[in-house]
Amino acid sequence: MAAVKKAPSTIYGYNSFCPGCGHGIVIRLIAEVVEEMGLAEDAIGVLAVGCSCLTNRYLALDLLQAAHGRAAASAGAIKRCRPDKLVFTYQGDGDAASIGIAETLYSAQRNENFTQIIVNNGVYGMTGGQMSPTSLVGQKTTTSVKGRDPEIMGMPLKISELISHFDVSYLARGSVHDAAHIRKTKTYIRKAFETQMNQGGYTCVEIISPCPTNWHLTPLQAVDRIEKEVLEYYPVGEIKGGAR
Amino acid sequence: MKRLMKGNNALAEAAILAGCRFFAGYPITPQTEILEYLAKNLPERGGHFIQTESELAGVNMVLGAAATGYRAMTSSAGPGFSLKQEGISYMCSMELPAVIVDVMRYGIGLGSIMLGQGDYFQAVKGGGHGGYKVPVYAPASVQENVDFTIRAFDTAEAYRTPVLILSDGAIGQMAESVELPEGREHDPDQYDWTLKGRDAAHPTGRKMTDRIYYDFKFHEYDPHIRERYAKMEKELQMWEEVETEDAKIILVSYGISSRVCREAVKTARKKGWKVGMIRPITLWPFPKKAFAKTNSHAEAYLTVEMNACGQMVEDVALYGRGVPIYSYPSGRSIADPEAILQKIESIMNGEEKEVF
Amino acid sequence: MVHINSEKCKACGYCVKACPKGALAFGENVNGKGYHAVTVDEEKCVSCGTCYTVCPDTVFTIEEG
Repeated sequence: MAAVKKAPSTIYGYNSFCPGCGHGIVIRLIAEVVEEMGLAEDAIGVLAVGCSCLTNRYLALDLLQAAHGRAAASAGAIKRCRPDKLVFTYQGDGDAASIGIAETLYSAQRNENFTQIIVNNGVYGMTGGQMSPTSLVGQKTTTSVKGRDPEIMGMPLKISELISHFDVSYLARGSVHDAAHIRKTKTYIRKAFETQMNQGGYTCVEIISPCPTNWHLTPLQAVDRIEKEVLEYYPVGEIKGGAR
Repeated sequence: MKRLMKGNNALAEAAILAGCRFFAGYPITPQTEILEYLAKNLPERGGHFIQTESELAGVNMVLGAAATGYRAMTSSAGPGFSLKQEGISYMCSMELPAVIVDVMRYGIGLGSIMLGQGDYFQAVKGGGHGGYKVPVYAPASVQENVDFTIRAFDTAEAYRTPVLILSDGAIGQMAESVELPEGREHDPDQYDWTLKGRDAAHPTGRKMTDRIYYDFKFHEYDPHIRERYAKMEKELQMWEEVETEDAKIILVSYGISSRVCREAVKTARKKGWKVGMIRPITLWPFPKKAFAKTNSHAEAYLTVEMNACGQMVEDVALYGRGVPIYSYPSGRSIADPEAILQKIESIMNGEEKEVF
Repeated sequence: MVHINSEKCKACGYCVKACPKGALAFGENVNGKGYHAVTVDEEKCVSCGTCYTVCPDTVFTIEEG
């Protein structure tokens, strides 16, 4: 019997993410698109520090483990040296929007020809649930114990909106909290990768993703929170280049 | 054919001649001419030049380029070099070849933009985290800026390590006559380990990360690191000896300060004093083989360097053990030949205080 | 039909919630990692693949027939 839907061959072994973690879905979407575009032998990924590191033992592609926050810088260099390869980063919001915000914005400013995948789960996961640039107002974390107070901690940061100030080739925000949004997010990733390989220029997909462990919710409560609270502040959709 | 070139320009040209086709960096005095020279010349000769938003981005772009097999370089000075340390530590962990230049200036923090030798510790003692070691070449002339830059790329690849060039503001800014070698082309695809897309030999892809994760069993990693650095330490030491055979007082100096010491040795010899010089060319590995030869007959080592408290003098004390160690840190000024001779005289008269 | 790799399942429940036919449920037994892995009622399953789409752990393979 022919399989009509099965894990792409660029996924191997077992992932070590927590139950209900959205990373597993995002990585699978990337793997599916890479495989469907026939680029498994022509793709180079650059991983961030944080839970993104765990991708190394799960995604069967050439991968560079960058320093914390520097994935975009390293990826831009790789693409310049290997212009015929698909080059993408895989980063969390802490990596791409906090410690690496300069590398992110200047990659967009220079219109570096690679794709930045930013998984936004509103928390530092690997280190155990500290406030991240994208933790929502009122969100309790180990470093915002009474909830994020905008008077002291500022408002959650919208990295895609910041990137949108630059003349980039493609930019979208998706989510992986339900099947419809997952399918849509896959089309965003596909458009970003195709844009990179065809027209060129900086492309980015920010993806809202659940972190049940550090949100102190069950997986089902976590996706419910995305639907009811997170998407209100971080609306999904194509921001730049969608008409192509 | 000889050409008159400024030190920083010569270093930049040498990088291109060595096959370097990727440079990412940020302006800072007194290294900026390297950046400017490559901005103009590297793209014309098929390379990538990127002026980055910071030294952090610069060194991490070099890391990415090195991972693809390109010959890549970045340069900075003092405060900017401090920021390069993150990438240097990562490149050490991944065992990636690249060349990082520090055109030293003087002082702590912002310090002065003027010439100095303020960065011995941060270059030689593994200024980043984790206790790595990197080969460090210290040029003392514009010609050596050329020769050691080319050598640095070869060493980096032979040992799969980042290599530092510890130049200084004086060597960078002075103009001298230089002989440039023939240019070389570098094939970034020649090594199997470089990122180029997975293949049959790497069915789950290459994992370019700290080698601690994939390449060694738990108990195999430490021995690997020890062997790796021991091999470099054994094979890479370089130094110059100036009249050391019968010398009783041996100056130890590198870079710009060594040029003054060379003159001081000449003058001292004219006076009939048995003075010589060891000029370390590699600062790591420190040329302890040179000291093994002279420790038996030297009656004093006098270290001359351009900083406030002395930095290299600690290594001289380590490898010149048993011989009295004296220090002349010349501070914000280039060492004064007269002052060196006075120091030598007061050592001979037993009036100088040992520092170790 | 749907094939389930029980050993990969972490019992997050996304598939159980998403299944339009109510064909999925947590099983009685635990897998090697200690989770009550998901099971399928083949009578109800229409092989739509929604479970595959929402699964973070590539537990599901959808096959023809």
